[in-house]
Amino acid sequence: MKKSKLSGIYAALVLLFLYAPIIILIVFSFNSEKGYSWQGFSLKWYEELFSNELIIESFRNTLIVAFIASIFATVLGTLAALGVYSMKNKAAKGLIQNVTNLPLLNPEIVTGLSLMLLFAAMRFAGGWVTLIIAHITFCVPSVFLSILPKLRQLNKSLYEAAMDLGCSPAKAFQKVVIPEIMPGIITGFLMAFTYSIDDFVISYFTAGNLPTLPITIYSMVKKRVSPEINALSTLLFLAVFLVLLVTNVRAIRKEKELERKRKAVK
Amino acid sequence: MKMKAKWASAPYIIWMILFTIIPLAMIVYFAFTGSDGSFTLENVKNAGVHIPTLANSIYLALISTVVCLVVAYPFAYYISRKSYSKQKMMVMLVMLPMWMNFLLRTHALSALIEDNGVINTILTSIGLEPLKMINTQGAVIFGMVYNFLPYMIMPLYSIMTKIDNRTIEAAADLGANTLQTHRSIIVPMSVPGIISGITMVFVPSVSTFVISGLLGGSENYLIGDIITAQMLGSAYNLHYGSATSLLLMIVVLVTMIIFNGLDSEDTEGMLA
Repeated sequence: MKKSKLSGIYAALVLLFLYAPIIILIVFSFNSEKGYSWQGFSLKWYEELFSNELIIESFRNTLIVAFIASIFATVLGTLAALGVYSMKNKAAKGLIQNVTNLPLLNPEIVTGLSLMLLFAAMRFAGGWVTLIIAHITFCVPSVFLSILPKLRQLNKSLYEAAMDLGCSPAKAFQKVVIPEIMPGIITGFLMAFTYSIDDFVISYFTAGNLPTLPITIYSMVKKRVSPEINALSTLLFLAVFLVLLVTNVRAIRKEKELERKRKAVK
Repeated sequence: MKMKAKWASAPYIIWMILFTIIPLAMIVYFAFTGSDGSFTLENVKNAGVHIPTLANSIYLALISTVVCLVVAYPFAYYISRKSYSKQKMMVMLVMLPMWMNFLLRTHALSALIEDNGVINTILTSIGLEPLKMINTQGAVIFGMVYNFLPYMIMPLYSIMTKIDNRTIEAAADLGANTLQTHRSIIVPMSVPGIISGITMVFVPSVSTFVISGLLGGSENYLIGDIITAQMLGSAYNLHYGSATSLLLMIVVLVTMIIFNGLDSEDTEGMLA
């Protein structure tokens, strides 16, 4: 009993360590003065945040890049997964999987600078195109990896049954395969989108002078006088918190119901 | 479907060759050529100057990895023994900060440990001397641990949660105390998780330039800062920068080989 209490305290301390800086940031985003001694409540940093054109523009750029890159990555990754799934050659399959792992294992700085060198060698100035290419490149593997397992779970007889019932192969593919792997496609797209929004290091090397939100944050944070950033962090944290809360509460509730039913059956 | 679908992966393969494999080859090409495009070993020789910085980066990353492992192990074990819904909730709590941008998390830390930050404001208000925390090695380690701790917790947890409670009870029934149970049951079974946790913390730590740039000041340059300065900043020279990044790539590659080698041996050992 005593031991479990101790480990509970330990777990709480670890969580405190993870959250304390964020909570402090949130509290001081409402401070009426710069710096970290409390001077009174104010929303002034939020007002400044929304009137900071650079931040607004960077945010818009980030969303545009994330949107284009994750759509491209989803199409490319879905096709790739379908192709690899129907490959018989084990060596080729293995090779593709290894190449897929490369961007995931490489340090981001290496991925970023290697792309930068490629663009430099091709005399390609940094900007929208280079940034989007870079984002597609680091997003594709996660799409690919989230769809492939769904294909492996696919019941092949369903596809054949659809054709027996008169579907053309294309129709059967659209009616059977696509709906089955749809959860994987959606997860892949969302992962790509969030990776893209979040990326700083690779963008830093490939964006040229185009400001994305993380790049702008970096330049502001580096100067260390940026209470608007506290306001921005608070808003982003709340957004993420709400999304995770909604999705997880639903999942947990479902699970609990299932557990109850299982017990009832027993 | 079989015959035609095979070609669906062609665009992906072409993309990966163009934008993953060729760029990596470009690093090697740039590292071994001069600005006129002729072969030279000059850059690689010059990059040797940065070996002390590289060693320092490895040193700080190693400390951070060990701290993460020591902190994460009991925590991951604690969550893995909870009921399913509690586990889900705890995992969400660990993941939540990870969803916030890495720069903002690092910024949050600097707000805490700055010269005029929260901790020093509290210290001076109760009449104590302010501490020098930011721009020290300790701050860099703190930053690495704070940012990458969840990368250690998650793989540990996901492997520990698969360990059957009955295995642990059996060990206890056979007279093992907690320490012995951990040593001969839980740690060996968690090895794959420990290994992926170590790689997931060590690799971003050793290659970071953000954490050292924001928390370490000018005295605690890491190899990532040097590479960034050579690629984008004050020491602009792509050839020289490529040679320096080769050094970093070698370190990462060696880490991978060491740990993945360990991994396959140990899992085999476990199965046997």
